Amino acid sequence: MKKLIIYLSATETMENHALETYPEECCGFLYGTEGDVREISHAGKTKNIKSENKRKKFKIDPLEYLRAEKYAMANKLELLGIYHSHPDHPAVPSEHDRENAVGYFSYIIVSVGKNKINNIRSWQLNDQREFDEEKILESKHMKVNT
Amino acid sequence: MAKIIIPTPLRKFTNNQATLETNAHTVLEAIRELTIKYPDLKNQIIDKNGDIRKFIKIYLDDTNIKTLDQDKTEVSAGSVVSIIPAIAGGNIT
Repeated sequence: MKKLIIYLSATETMENHALETYPEECCGFLYGTEGDVREISHAGKTKNIKSENKRKKFKIDPLEYLRAEKYAMANKLELLGIYHSHPDHPAVPSEHDRENAVGYFSYIIVSVGKNKINNIRSWQLNDQREFDEEKILESKHMKVNT
Repeated sequence: MAKIIIPTPLRKFTNNQATLETNAHTVLEAIRELTIKYPDLKNQIIDKNGDIRKFIKIYLDDTNIKTLDQDKTEVSAGSVVSIIPAIAGGNIT
């Protein structure tokens, strides 16, 4: 199982974003450094540009994606993934998530209810285009999610 | 020379190169040049019919080439060609 450290500030950004946009899905970018353990040090919010059914779908503007790549390069970070929320639903990727996913990226899902975060889990697509869960490691910099 | 930006998920096919320079005159030439240099990248960008894959967008500077002259869009010195994976998903079962 691949391992991931998420810094507390990044976790807070994702959680606050999920609560702000509830009952619609939020989405954003994950930045950090790659190594034996992938470290997510920053989460950057972006707009869900889906024109309908934002409670169950999200889409990111390609220009915002391009800006995220440029931001990572300018700040000596790596764009390492995407986060989004599942309002009133488990932090497990759907078939729609799987069909749209790209390899290498971590896909962090925030399960959110009204005024509460249920949990956060992370997933990565394998070579068979199935999702494997990534283990979120405990760190003094991060909130532990169980 | 123009620049090509490779998105992070595809850099494993370009020996981790994030950007490349090209003398290509069109987007199609730039993509061809890129996939000749990095053959494993071809399947990630081009489908079996030779078209750009549905989940890949190509931008010239800040404009989708679909709104320009598609893959015949001209590339000039200083242009930036970006390969962008479409990012979407959600809780639809």
